[in-house]
This record gives sequence, structure tokens and C-alpha cells, in this order.
Amino acid sequence: MGDHSVKDIILEIIATIAPDADLSDVKSDVRLRDQLDMDSMDFLDIVMELRKRYKIEVPKEDYPSLATLDGCVSYLAPKFDAVATT
Amino acid sequence: MSGLAAGIRLAYYERRVCIVEKHYAFGGLNSYYTLDGRQFDVGLHAVTNYVPSNNRSAPLPKLLRQLRLTREDFGLCEQSFSEIRFPGRRLRFSNDFSLLEQEIAQQFPRDVDNFQRLVAHIRPFDDVRLDATYQSARKILGEYLTDPRLIEMLLCPLMYYGSAEERDMDFTQFVTMFKSIFLEGFARPREGVRRIITTLVKKFRAHGGKLMMSCGVERIETSGGHVTGVVLESGDALEADVVLSSAGYHETMSLCDDAPEAKRTDDVGRISFVETIGVLDQPPSTLGHAAAIVFFNDSDVFEYAVPHELVDLRSGVVCCPSNFERHDDMREGPFRVTWLAGYDQWSQLDDSAYAAAKADYREVFLRFGDQYIPGFANHIIATDMFTPKTIRRYTGHLNGAVYGSPYKRRDGRTRLSNLFLCGTDQGYLGIIGAMLSGITMANNHILMGD
Repeated sequence: MGDHSVKDIILEIIATIAPDADLSDVKSDVRLRDQLDMDSMDFLDIVMELRKRYKIEVPKEDYPSLATLDGCVSYLAPKFDAVATT
Repeated sequence: MSGLAAGIRLAYYERRVCIVEKHYAFGGLNSYYTLDGRQFDVGLHAVTNYVPSNNRSAPLPKLLRQLRLTREDFGLCEQSFSEIRFPGRRLRFSNDFSLLEQEIAQQFPRDVDNFQRLVAHIRPFDDVRLDATYQSARKILGEYLTDPRLIEMLLCPLMYYGSAEERDMDFTQFVTMFKSIFLEGFARPREGVRRIITTLVKKFRAHGGKLMMSCGVERIETSGGHVTGVVLESGDALEADVVLSSAGYHETMSLCDDAPEAKRTDDVGRISFVETIGVLDQPPSTLGHAAAIVFFNDSDVFEYAVPHELVDLRSGVVCCPSNFERHDDMREGPFRVTWLAGYDQWSQLDDSAYAAAKADYREVFLRFGDQYIPGFANHIIATDMFTPKTIRRYTGHLNGAVYGSPYKRRDGRTRLSNLFLCGTDQGYLGIIGAMLSGITMANNHILMGD
């Protein structure tokens, strides 16, 4: 799965969980928490939405891998591929 | 409320959730009813934690995000202003914190800088952590402020709106209340608490949650340190992987069928209230009373404690729901007065003595209102009253305790591995706190746990 689509998926999820967040200029390499005023509850929602929408499981110890958009891409792209091929 | 909030989270993430409610109406402590064609609210005076829409990190926006609701869903209207009235002094405050700062500067000039230092301590204080330890709020306030009257005046509204403890407060809870009332503020849905409750119920149902009304829990069944399900008063049984209870700690644990814990009574809550609601033939503001909420005390010392008589008239809260914005087309105006009350005294009365006591305090109420509105009694067209006994009946809380146990179990855990608390005995305060409590417990113990 391409880098862009993972980013788009994450941004789409953030738009759902924080509809008032400004997503026009999100940097890929800066922690989402720092750019978007998100807290641990919002983070949990990213994980939960991934599970609800794409059946992707992220164990608690891996949450830090999702800190930035770049982190999301490298951590999630193989998972999306795995889900797509099963 | 905490149960509904937890239920929304869980149902949204596709858990099978069933909420069982003992009463025929929702809301527990914050509910509503209709009497002679008029709608009455109980519990909720105002929603605390009101912040403008550009603030995204405060509890209210956090809660709305977690429940996928918008600000419009609750239809919140801001207060005019509120005040703390002690003999010879009044501190007004509003949803703009600078009003309270100015009032303190004028009336307690020697404590202006001290108050600012206190606020600087409060703002960054982490009051939502689940492992906070007890510190006396009075002790910490005494380290910052010199005038004991200022300490009493600050404690009065914060205790009345959330303290399960007599005479003092846990500092963490003080911070929660200080932020939610002074740094944030009061608002209220035009339709009262029913707007919030119906919004939550609709959302829960829309996500597939199941609601069972008038369904008391007879017992919680356990096996080997786990809960296996609940048996309802009807005799029906429900199996469950996890149970969240908003019934209160002692109330919940006494339903469990395993070996009971050694009986403790020192941490059963005792703070209870009477509230008289009078309906005026016109809004209080047209009769000269513009404050949304008044916290009053008749001496320099404020004693927040369980009275030895039916009612302690020395301090209390006056709430006028029509003194919130966008309420100005109301033709009638409710005027609610809350006083501390003794559960034991009320519950000992037989039916006729109970009715007589209510009638007596109705007279007290009619005279009391004169301090706020001249000729008060002549404007009253309807009244109703609830007592600690009413609270016990509708919420099941021991002692009619409005704020539950003074000893909070902030992580929500119990001796049973899959039984958790939410709501007042978990320890987040106020109506926003109740909902955040349900959300946090659902997140931490159920969504993150699997």
C-alpha cells in the first residue's frame, strides 16, 4: 500500500475524531500530538478506528509507533498489505 | 450519565452493550419530571466546564470529541454571572475569569498577588491523573492566601458543587472544581438536563446499544474473583464479560454474591441536600434578580457538613435557570434553593411528619426568597421539593449522598477483576466529570484492555 494512502487514511480518521482540527498543513515528521492538540484519548481513537474500519490491530505497546504520520506509514503499511492479501 | 457515556463509547466500537437502569427515567442524580404540566429539573443547576469553541483541550471539547457530539448537540447557553455572598462581601464571577480577579483585587487587595500565585499553581496541576494522593485543600489554600474569609468564599461554591467530604476537600478535587467553575464556567441547555440526557440516549441507541428501563439489579454473580453476569429484580439473568457500575462503590459491592468485605462505614458518603423549586410568575431578572447562581453563607466561617437538624439554613445555593443567555423568552421563572440536609433526620419521619416537614420548609423558602425578590411569595405559582429521602429513592445512594463516598477510587477497580466503577465514586466531578468518568473507564478498562 502506498505511503500516501496510509497518510490519507490517518488524516481521514483524525477528521472524524477531531472534526475541528485544522488538517491543511500536517507535517509528516512532527508528532501529531504536538501539531494537532491531541491527547491520549484521541490517540486511542485512531487505534480503535483502524480496528473498526480496517480490522487492523495495534497492540498497546506499539502505540508510540503511530506518533507521526511517517511513523504511521512505516508501521501500518505492512499491516494494510497483510489485511489486503488475506 | 456516566453509564450512558461509557455505553456510547463501547457501542460505537462495536461492543455489545446493555445498560440496565433501575428507574423509569434516565440520569440518576440529574434527571427531570413533569408536574402539573410544568417541566422540572432535579440535580443539574448548570453544566460546569464551559469554554469557548476555540479551546480544544479542556474537558468539555474532549468529551464531545470522544462521544462524536458537537457543541450544538447540548445547546449550551452561557450564564449571565454568578456570585458568592458572605456577610458584607460579594464576589461575582462569570465565564470570563477576569471578573473574579477584579472582584478579589477590590475586596481582598492584600491577597491579590497571593491569589495569582495560587492560580499559577492550579492551572498546570494534573487533576485527572488516576493515582493522585489526598492533600487537604484547606491546608494548601492556607499556604497561599492570608485572609481566611477569602478561603471560605472560594471553597463555598466548589464544595457545594462537588465535595463528598465534610469541611475540607481533596486538593485534586478542589483543582478540578476550581478549573471547571472559575477558570471555565457555567452554561446550561435551554431545555435543561433533558436535552443532554436525550442526546446521549439517542446516540447510544443509534450505535446499537440496548437500554432496559425500570430494571434494578438484584445481584452481581461472581465466580473465582470475576463477575459472570447480573441477575435483575425481574429474575432475568444477563451474562457479561465486563460490568461497569455507576451505582456507587458500596452500593455496587453489596450486590456481589461473593464473600463480602469487612464492613466499613467510615467512607460511606453523607452529604445530602434539600432543594425547593419555586416557579415565579415572571423571570427573576424582571423582578430585579439577575444572577444565574448565588452561593450564600451567613457568617465569615463556612461550615460544609451534615447538619444535626433536618436542614442547615446558614448556607446554600440559589439557582435561576432563566438567568442564562437565550432563556429570555421564558414567561415563568424557576427559582431553586439548595440547602444541606440530614438524611437520618428526614428518613426517621413517618409519612405525616415528613409531609409536615416539607410544608414547613416550603414556608421557610417563601420567606427566604424575599431577600432576593421583594414580595417573593406573591409571585410564586408552583413549588416542589426534594429531600435526602427522595435522592435515596431515585438514585439508590446510601444516605441520599449526592456526591457519593468521600473516598474516591480513581482507577475504578474493585476486588473483582472485571467489575469497574464509573460515575461519582470513581471521582470525576460534576456532570461533565460524570461523562468523562464513563468514557475514561470504558477506554482504560475495556477498549484498551483487549
